[in-house]
Amino acid sequence: MSVHTEDTVLQKGGFEPKIMAFVCNWCTYAGADLAGTSRMEYRPNVRIIKLPCTGRIDPLFIIKAFENGADGVLVSGCHPGDCHYTTGNYHARRRWIGFKHLMEFTGIDMRRLHFSWVSASEAIKWVDLVNRITDEVKALGPFMEYKGLKEKAAE
Amino acid sequence: MPRIGVFVCQCGNNIAATVDTKKVAEEMKKLPGVVYTCDYKFMCSSPGQDMLRQAIKENKLDGLIVSACSPHMHEKTFRKAAEAAGLNPYQCEITNIREQCSWVHHDTTKAVGTVKSIDLTRMTIERLKKNRPLKKIKIPVKKRALVIGGGIAGIQAALDIADGGREVILVEKEPSIGGNMARLSETFPTMDCSQCILTPKMVEAELNENITLLTYSEVEKVDGYIGNFTVQIKRKSKFVDEERCTGCGECIEKCPFKTESAFELGLAKRKVIYTPFPQSVPNVPVIDAPNCPKIQKDKCGACAIVCGPKCIDFKMEDKIVTEEVGAIVVATGYQLMPNERFGEYGYGRIKDVISGMQFERLASSSGPTGGEIRRPSDGKVPQNVVFIQCVGSRDEKKGVSYCSKVCCMYTAKHTMLYKHKVHDGQSYVFYMDIRSGGKRYEEFVRKAIEHDDAMYLRGRVSRVYEKDGKVIVQGADTLSGSQVEIEADMVVLATAIVSREGADTLAQKLGIGYDKYKFYNEYHPKLRPVETVTAGIFLAGTCMGPMDIPESVAQGSAAASKVLALFSADEMAREPITAGVNKTTCNACWDCVTACPYSAIERESVKDRQGNIVKWLARVNEGVCQGCGVCVAACRSKSVDLRGYTDEQVFAAINSF
Repeated sequence: MSVHTEDTVLQKGGFEPKIMAFVCNWCTYAGADLAGTSRMEYRPNVRIIKLPCTGRIDPLFIIKAFENGADGVLVSGCHPGDCHYTTGNYHARRRWIGFKHLMEFTGIDMRRLHFSWVSASEAIKWVDLVNRITDEVKALGPFMEYKGLKEKAAE
Repeated sequence: MPRIGVFVCQCGNNIAATVDTKKVAEEMKKLPGVVYTCDYKFMCSSPGQDMLRQAIKENKLDGLIVSACSPHMHEKTFRKAAEAAGLNPYQCEITNIREQCSWVHHDTTKAVGTVKSIDLTRMTIERLKKNRPLKKIKIPVKKRALVIGGGIAGIQAALDIADGGREVILVEKEPSIGGNMARLSETFPTMDCSQCILTPKMVEAELNENITLLTYSEVEKVDGYIGNFTVQIKRKSKFVDEERCTGCGECIEKCPFKTESAFELGLAKRKVIYTPFPQSVPNVPVIDAPNCPKIQKDKCGACAIVCGPKCIDFKMEDKIVTEEVGAIVVATGYQLMPNERFGEYGYGRIKDVISGMQFERLASSSGPTGGEIRRPSDGKVPQNVVFIQCVGSRDEKKGVSYCSKVCCMYTAKHTMLYKHKVHDGQSYVFYMDIRSGGKRYEEFVRKAIEHDDAMYLRGRVSRVYEKDGKVIVQGADTLSGSQVEIEADMVVLATAIVSREGADTLAQKLGIGYDKYKFYNEYHPKLRPVETVTAGIFLAGTCMGPMDIPESVAQGSAAASKVLALFSADEMAREPITAGVNKTTCNACWDCVTACPYSAIERESVKDRQGNIVKWLARVNEGVCQGCGVCVAACRSKSVDLRGYTDEQVFAAINSF
């Protein structure tokens, strides 16, 4: 929908990155809810997509997010051993290790991609995480590598 | 074209303070497929829900977005309202613009919150367009339960389920139910005799028409899922016909051979044909086959000769019985850590160093000494007894890191029992900390110290050795800062409680989780303490970790109430968030089967008309599937999808980012 171009960045006078977060329903989503219930404040750049478990995350989701204008992606779930589905987060972690290099190969700067564990009680961790990633990606500038690829593919 | 309605909630001022809800509603109206939008003060209130229902009917909506608080709060409320208006409840989706937007972005100009709310709502709308109506899954429930373990927790669970009018099969590994509690002399803090409070329950379990006792039996195999388990139980051969045996005990009397009694923990011998203890339930003896000369070498057979009803059969073999049940309660209990691991305390080397459980037998009126405290080496009444606490517990290096919870209490009890029986005796207790949390527990320990003269020494024991018929205990008293040496007659070790041998094998058969100490994992340590991650399997008692009798009993009852709630309806309704396999593209690589944490994916064969297998396919058992979606991401051919979180839905949300 809204894809950054060099122009929009310049127009706004400052670059505001778009961060997509894939989080699990039981830990991180509840942790993000707690941040709200506790009236904490964090950068508004993040858009959350809720999934039952980090184990549900297909690496393609991440690539698609970048393709659709994300400047950074965050994946977060339950701490190891705390998974609602016992082992889903281990699958996610293993996949993460395997796909990290592949992501890099596809032209994604790994500094734009973050993997974390945030439990349902760690609202502060969630706030810090979002703020830190937003600032880091902001410093990196917009993700331009995939810009126009979709259009080119359509042609 | 879909007909979607978007309802933006102001939540009083909770959302409206930082989000221009009106603008969100207006912006959403511009999206294709959205036919109705509005904002309202409180969507969850009755007028709000009325409005929602009316709008669905008037605008013939086929999809519904409520942009409001977290779905964890009111998703159910709005789905119910949608259902009441004739819509499939899963066509209603929630956008979280309160907890994850208005409450965390405090910009009162509303610029930030409005932009984010618009983005989030748009993503949900695109996702909703790919939703498919779902139906709750109905699973028939067999209203019989299996309880594994006939200790106090298992007995309590079985009795409560039976009292609820349901059939129960109670499986016990030993020849009698009763478990570890049957070994205890008195129980803290009331000093009730353990047998006196336990045996009536054992008898009740035997007589209850709804309970089938399968003693001397073990669970071999468990198949199926909640409401529909098939369990194979191995009934070890007792060599005695349970139906005909009258329990007269003539055979035990006449048996000429003796062996160590496992029940008495090496303090006494028993006959080769035996019941573990006099109050055994059922009161049917079993033959200890490896020690029986008749079975091993065809010599003797005295028991069969004296048996009136002729119920002894030396040719009897193990049997496998199959039972179909709807729920399983696991109450397999605990055992004690082998003391031999602690060489410095001399257990196994010095005869008069015994475990706390052995002390229970010495103090028990039905025990080997008839309730008199006599030391094992020479049968003398000990004048000085040293109790050592935390043997293995809270000792990460040599034992386990956890606290065994009951040792402080039973050691205090032991000092009291000892004092009551040996008036001029002196007891010493080496302890690390005294943990006596519980109703009337602290008072109990104080009573042992103040009234029954137990000498409590805070410190560890470094060495125990024998000298001139005495057991010398060297240790530290850290409160006075001095080294202590006590000439004791007997030493009692408060050994750590550990999980039962084979606990892991049983867990694997059942598909339930266990921790590094092989104690079973509850679903949630606080909020779902007696459930496991495998639906339909419940836990009770010390198979989960150390606990005392009241806790075990409470858990037995809690597990029973869970089982009865499950059995209260003929069918069980489950959320339809489960995985499904596309049969045309599945290539049977079984990646999903290995990935599934619940063993919910089965291998299904497709046969031609002649009955030859032509193809293999993965099939998801909806009764077992919990909807985590690990299989979806694992599938290489993209043949598995998760209802409610399909690839299509997620990609639609990503694409509208």
